[in-house]
Amino acid sequence: MYAYDELDRTLINERVSEFRDQVKRRLSGELTEDEFKMLRLQNGVYLQLHAYMLRVAIPYGTLSSKQLRRLAHVARRYDRGYGHFTTRQNIQFNWIKLAELPDALADLAEVGIHAMQTSGNNTRNVTSDQWAGVAPGEIEDPRIWSELLRQYTTLHPEFSFLPRKFKFAITASAHDRAAIKIHDIGLRLHRNADGETGFEVLVGGGLGRTPFIGKTIKPFVHGHDLLSYVEAILRVYNQYGRRDNIYKARIKILVHELGIEKFAKEVEEEWLQMRGSALAIDDSVIEDIRSRFAYPAYEKLPHMPDELKKAAHDPHFEAWRKNSVALHKVSGYAIVTLSLKPVGGPPGDATANQMDGLADLADKYSFGEIRVGHEQNLALPHVARRDLPALWRSLDKLGLATPNVNLVSDIIACPGLDYCSLANARSIPIAQELTRRFANHDTANLIGRLHINISGCINACGHHHVGHIGILGVEKNGEEFYQITIGGRADENAAVGTLIGPAVPYGEVADVVEDIVEAYLALRARPDELFVDTVKRLGVEPFRERVYATRQER
Amino acid sequence: MTSPLEQKKIKITGPSVVTGNRTWDGVVIYRTSARGWSAALSDAAIVRTSDEARSLLAESVADDVGAIGAYIAPVEIKDTGEIKPGNLREHIRAAGVTIDLPVSA
Repeated sequence: MYAYDELDRTLINERVSEFRDQVKRRLSGELTEDEFKMLRLQNGVYLQLHAYMLRVAIPYGTLSSKQLRRLAHVARRYDRGYGHFTTRQNIQFNWIKLAELPDALADLAEVGIHAMQTSGNNTRNVTSDQWAGVAPGEIEDPRIWSELLRQYTTLHPEFSFLPRKFKFAITASAHDRAAIKIHDIGLRLHRNADGETGFEVLVGGGLGRTPFIGKTIKPFVHGHDLLSYVEAILRVYNQYGRRDNIYKARIKILVHELGIEKFAKEVEEEWLQMRGSALAIDDSVIEDIRSRFAYPAYEKLPHMPDELKKAAHDPHFEAWRKNSVALHKVSGYAIVTLSLKPVGGPPGDATANQMDGLADLADKYSFGEIRVGHEQNLALPHVARRDLPALWRSLDKLGLATPNVNLVSDIIACPGLDYCSLANARSIPIAQELTRRFANHDTANLIGRLHINISGCINACGHHHVGHIGILGVEKNGEEFYQITIGGRADENAAVGTLIGPAVPYGEVADVVEDIVEAYLALRARPDELFVDTVKRLGVEPFRERVYATRQER
Repeated sequence: MTSPLEQKKIKITGPSVVTGNRTWDGVVIYRTSARGWSAALSDAAIVRTSDEARSLLAESVADDVGAIGAYIAPVEIKDTGEIKPGNLREHIRAAGVTIDLPVSA
């Protein structure tokens, strides 16, 4: 866990006071909605279909048990008893009242949580690998650099009025769990040929109306140059990024239109002017940040304790262990992923009772720490393997032990038309039906790793472009239709999926997905060829034929 | 969300209402014929011509403290006189989410 200092606490508290005054003036009529809108957005407050929505940041996906309990408190006291974890390590409350928002934010501020820059045309919440600091083989903890960027970009005047929103993601592992290639700037910590640690910098990734996979702008940037290089990118974007057309305002469009070589040249010229400036990061700054992350005092524990051997006779426990438990960098410990995708449930939702229960389990079994992943699942990052059976029993009681992580029913979905004022079609009921269709654990295991992503509109909050199967809701003549893409992925081999054919109506989506999965099972070269690899090998045509052969094209 | 200014160009093709969200809590509300707001669609003022719609919208937008994001939305009038939302989005706004909430009310 990172411990905020006095400056952070003062900043958050001052922002709450400022927003309290702004809300008061709005409710009295002193501020018009036109004047107030940008102020509320800067504090993560949107207006959705039924109510205001508050989006709260969980920087680099790390939460303490105390913070999770406070989120539960906000859900219970100011909302309807639950929250929705998003694809960018945020949590959203869907039913919050404007008049009560300052109190909710004050309650969150007491535990160092805020909603600053979770909306608006500024640098957003810096996201990272939910296994940061505990993943085997990781170069170093990427949260240290995430925190550096968080401090640097928070309320930075030059980044507060960008042409459009701007998102960073950082990973330090070979396997990318942070989806860095679909971010405005993606950073991959790695070692160069000389054994030095630095960043591969990617730029111009993003989804939405015009999806692009990020391109490498510089293969290696030393850590002490990170801020100056990032600032050079943002300056070029600030200068040349379009402000006349919202659909062309993201940096990905600028990179695409200029070409990565020309864009890189512009950045390089800018960078050379400031490289040795005050933005050069001294080692002591990094060490100071590192020192504020508290790491657990791990014990020396056996990898295969008696408790685990005994529990291995329970097939339900074993199914969960094999699915949801991952190796930890410290022997005797494990990383446990908690699925927020129960059969028939809305993806990413957690009730206040679940949050409180999980906070208690984190205290008991995970040094009081919880992680949030972009797949809309949670994780306990430091669980002693001897405690896994007891933890599983407790998680099961909380409804947090569904053994479907990375399987077909581990669906990423945006709130869709049930909540969102931008959506054209519903996402959640589609996800719910799919989790029912693929509820059988043996079938899901037979299918293997398969990511389904659902977005209720082209803004792509459900990351449908990079789903192995992507589902995009559209509106046709007043009815909900869904376009299906296959072959996308969000990891280190990120790719945008290919449309398989005409959109299908709401009632046929689950059937179509079943057809695609059946086609895959028949076409895969061997049982361990993943869905996405079969699509890469064969292209979309065999899947298209399977889906549309028996359906009339509309 | 379609802004009221854009909607000024829109010609309505059937019975419509003006709807928005209540400022202090965001609840869905409808403009009434008594120049107020109600959370019940049945209380909504019905307009049938583009001029009426524009006029009702202008009056609604002027109440910046009472509601935000006011816009014209289509409705259906049943033979019984009951007012029904005219599309899925408005149906969901009027009736609530189409799924069970994780926590029962």
